[in-house]
Amino acid sequence: MTVNDPSSTSLQLTDDGQLRHFLTLDGLNRALLTEILDTADSFIEVGERSIKKVPLLRGRTVVNLFFESSTRTRSTFELAAKRLSADVLNLDISTSATSKGESLSDTLLNLEAMASDMFVVRHSQSGAPHFIAESVTPGVAIINAGDGRHAHPTQAMLDMLTIRQHKGRFEGLKVAIVGDVLHSRVARSQIRALNELGAAEVRVIAPATLLPRDVESLGCSIEYDMVRGMKNLDVVIMLRLQKERMEGALLPSEREFYRLYGLSREKLALADAECIVMHPGPINRGVEIESAVADGPQSVILNQVTNGIAIRMAVMSMAMGGQMAERTRRQAGRARV
Amino acid sequence: MTALLDMDRLLDDLEAGLRRILEERGVTAPALIGIRTGGVWLADVMSKRLALKEPWGELDISFYRDDFSRIGLNPKVKPSSLPFSTEDRDIILIDDVIMSGRTIRAAMNEIFDYGRPASIILATLVDLGARELPVQPDVTGQVLALESHQRVKLRGPDPLYIELQETGR
Repeated sequence: MTVNDPSSTSLQLTDDGQLRHFLTLDGLNRALLTEILDTADSFIEVGERSIKKVPLLRGRTVVNLFFESSTRTRSTFELAAKRLSADVLNLDISTSATSKGESLSDTLLNLEAMASDMFVVRHSQSGAPHFIAESVTPGVAIINAGDGRHAHPTQAMLDMLTIRQHKGRFEGLKVAIVGDVLHSRVARSQIRALNELGAAEVRVIAPATLLPRDVESLGCSIEYDMVRGMKNLDVVIMLRLQKERMEGALLPSEREFYRLYGLSREKLALADAECIVMHPGPINRGVEIESAVADGPQSVILNQVTNGIAIRMAVMSMAMGGQMAERTRRQAGRARV
Repeated sequence: MTALLDMDRLLDDLEAGLRRILEERGVTAPALIGIRTGGVWLADVMSKRLALKEPWGELDISFYRDDFSRIGLNPKVKPSSLPFSTEDRDIILIDDVIMSGRTIRAAMNEIFDYGRPASIILATLVDLGARELPVQPDVTGQVLALESHQRVKLRGPDPLYIELQETGR
């Protein structure tokens, strides 16, 4: 199975174009991405109320299925599901049944037997959520919370929401993604989203050893020199150096990396004065970003976290709604026969 | 049919009804909330007519609809916006048309998530009957009996007028 195969479009969209799963940004057009951002805007307002909850997923069960550990993503998914009034089950599979030899399919069959309505899946294998979506019972929605090096679509969309909040638009924006693009599933999803939403230019800034071979085909330009690359930027997105995924000598040293590709105050000063600084977290302070920049006035890193809850509420309710509308149509079809 | 509905008279009746009930209940500083979209236009008009000093609020009830499990989420949802807390407030809830009563149920559920109001007065411009829930307006501009294939919709905001729609059958 290839993860970019066009079947992902028919897999994650219903016949009338609603989300039924949320696996990848591939195949989602600007109108749908904008609908996700607009819906998230409404959920941001819900987060400001006395009671930060709406009844959309009341009576539904959401299972957070994390085959790879995560704090921020898992907890914002959990909070998002709870604010939609769902019952939430958190399963840290890396320490659970699979370590006793149970296969992925068997784990899923057991969870489906608990009448789950949605699986939020993080997996170190690219394509795992896609595989699950293909085999799951109709009516159960799958949300990709990060798979291998392939995609992290909710992270990319919360980044888009953050950019739209601060810049008000995508047209004309120059955006750079800096650092460990090679190991980053976020970068792939971000490049796809920025291009679809109409950004003027997406630049990746990294040493050649941290760029995937096909990177330009994703729709971006390459800059090896960060000093040159920072010019005229409206948005700079720093990536975490994924030390745990490094195999072999990709980097001379962390200090050398920081000197060349770390976001210091001096380098940020080369960008547009209104340039915002983003980072998906967790931050390696002093490795890819200077503390004074991460905590500085141009940083919107904590807004990203808040927006993460709203984006996850949006895609969860849209996918669940798509599944339910589809079931209604199926039942109506049967009734007519 | 459309010509039978004189908008100025409807608005006059709505205003008079609201003044009467506010006086009966001794409410001097109500908070006005319109249900998007038609109710928001009416909130704007009634706020001026009643000379309320506070800005009105607007509700988008999409997250509270009881047909989510049948048709999914409204793709055009917009943020609700209440520039005041509803806690202990006397609320005027206003909408253009009441029929099944389901919209009002959803709106009341949403209002309570902003705080527990002291009271809610329901005002609707047109009452089409055909209720499915025990929800009745306190004030209404006009009661209309439509054929089963007919619907009405408030158009606006300037000018405000009622449109009669013929559905498929």
